[in-house]
Amino acid sequence: MTAPILVIGIGNPSRGDDALGPLCIERLAALNLPGVELLTDFQLQVEYALDLSGREQVVFVDAAVSGPAPYAFRPVGPATGLAHTSHAISPEAVLAACERVGVTPPKSTWIMAIRGYGFELGQALSPGAKDNLEAALLRLVNMLAAQ
Amino acid sequence: MTEPGKHFSSPSGKGSEPPLRRVAIDPISRVEGHGKVTLLLDDQDRVQQARLHIVEFRGFEKFIQGRPYWEVPVMVQRLCGICPVSHHLAAAKAMDQIIGAHVLTPTAEKLRRLMHYGQILQSHALHFFHLSSPDLLFGFDSDVARRNIVGVAQAYPDVAKKGVLLRKFGQEVIRVTAGKRVHGTSAVPGGVNKNLSRDEREYLLKDAYQAIAWGREAVALARQLFEQDLALYEAFGSFAAHSLTLVGPDGAMDLYHGGLRARSLQGETLFDHLAYENYGDFITEEVKAWSYMKFPYFNAWGPEAGWYRVGPLSRVTQCDFIPTPFADHARRDFLAFHDGGAARATLGTHWARMIELLHAAETIKDLLHDDDLLGDDLLVKGERQARGVGVIEAPRGTLIHDYTVNEDDLVERCNLIVSTTHNNQAMNESIRVVARQHLDGRQLTEGLLNHIEVAIRAFDPCLSCATHALGKMPLAVELVDASGQIVDTLESRSV
Repeated sequence: MTAPILVIGIGNPSRGDDALGPLCIERLAALNLPGVELLTDFQLQVEYALDLSGREQVVFVDAAVSGPAPYAFRPVGPATGLAHTSHAISPEAVLAACERVGVTPPKSTWIMAIRGYGFELGQALSPGAKDNLEAALLRLVNMLAAQ
Repeated sequence: MTEPGKHFSSPSGKGSEPPLRRVAIDPISRVEGHGKVTLLLDDQDRVQQARLHIVEFRGFEKFIQGRPYWEVPVMVQRLCGICPVSHHLAAAKAMDQIIGAHVLTPTAEKLRRLMHYGQILQSHALHFFHLSSPDLLFGFDSDVARRNIVGVAQAYPDVAKKGVLLRKFGQEVIRVTAGKRVHGTSAVPGGVNKNLSRDEREYLLKDAYQAIAWGREAVALARQLFEQDLALYEAFGSFAAHSLTLVGPDGAMDLYHGGLRARSLQGETLFDHLAYENYGDFITEEVKAWSYMKFPYFNAWGPEAGWYRVGPLSRVTQCDFIPTPFADHARRDFLAFHDGGAARATLGTHWARMIELLHAAETIKDLLHDDDLLGDDLLVKGERQARGVGVIEAPRGTLIHDYTVNEDDLVERCNLIVSTTHNNQAMNESIRVVARQHLDGRQLTEGLLNHIEVAIRAFDPCLSCATHALGKMPLAVELVDASGQIVDTLESRSV
């Protein structure tokens, strides 16, 4: 049976603070929260629309190269943009893709954008990003546990 | 993040070049990974050069040095989120050589092939249906508000849905053969570490025939779009180029293994069935000051004239045949179309890509009927050697992994030539042609930007492999006059 809540962590673990998304999922997995499914990938792609089908709530967790620290947590809806590359698509585009495949979109969808500072290959997570991850986890766990 | 600085530098100094100045891009902008195009004008304000700035794999070769060779096929998947399987398999093929496994068991070879053709299928489906279909279905000059995936869903719901489901099928082939959905571990030096169960085979077979049927429809759609606006499609961003591709021993299209074939733009063969570990004797990677990405060229024709194109267009036009019936029929149709007009066109790449998608679907079906996939003989080993080269035809073109491993089993040297690097000059040429056709005066327009994006999308270069994090910029274009001054800049509003 499909879990009512899906959390998708996005990022490349080998590229410094880009690891924030997968690390967040790793930490959440250790908590074994009931009713919560966890996924992780380098980049979002269009078939993730199929994973969104019929969910109560979906949260995309990703590193942010700009914006507020420790994180920005905001609702997200479908967007109608067109990219110049297929190499990654946005959460907004995944939601828009739900319409393409006749998938019922989640009742609510959020982005947890955790502020990162360095994204070079082979870098470790920066101290600032580590702190931001802890703050974001606190927010997410409180929300997920309350469902 | 603040906008990167722009620094002017002196002319290149090459005596044969016209009086152009180049604009150096602050390294920070390269780290971000967004695409950037610089158009250089001559003193008559005609577009003299186009330069697509790409992050690509900066630093990766150093990153892999010092790691044990058996870790590499898994590690290299961190290069790219869109074609990790290609890197996984190219590295595994190189490490086969390191351990002296020159011929794999039938089970191992066919499982790897199955995984690879799953990758080709999912990548090509993503490209055509998700990325390019809005341009192709609505036209390049249509309203941006409509020319997007939602617009496609509204106007062509069937096309949109099949694209996503085809991609999903390819991903399932990868998941089953690689052991997991992301970052599979099944290809190891000398073979694979898992076979296919009967249940897994049945699970994939139930959708395989549907994938072939949709693949045939996709080829028909690509042809129909080309026919509808023949003059535009044949001319748009088109240029003559040499080609490079892998082919099988009998000249067949083989995306997993073979020898290298290089032909000139006139069809003259430079080398054929070349053992790919000898690529360095025939190809040189030139470094240019304005780009982190190298510019490969065929030694025989030199750096100015020796650049070439890889990918679907080269593969479909340069193979002798495709070894699956529907795809080969489609190939012959493609080559004959309008006296070869589609086969010469940059936008013919979309059609060629769908022929390959159909071939991938047919190959997956054929492989799934092969009992070798269920075998238990998974690994071989031979005499250890210091250097290993693995070459594969990734979705975007030829991919070369070249490693030297020391006596302590650690990688000492690593050289990667990815498809986007092979296509570097070809992409610049395509953008230059488009810009020449559509730049009016000294002002960048949304229309020109759209057309440049359409040209880039035909190649789908690896623009954002560095990191994809939220907040990155989309494509930016800048116009630089003959005196080196930036006269206009424009950024894409798309996401």
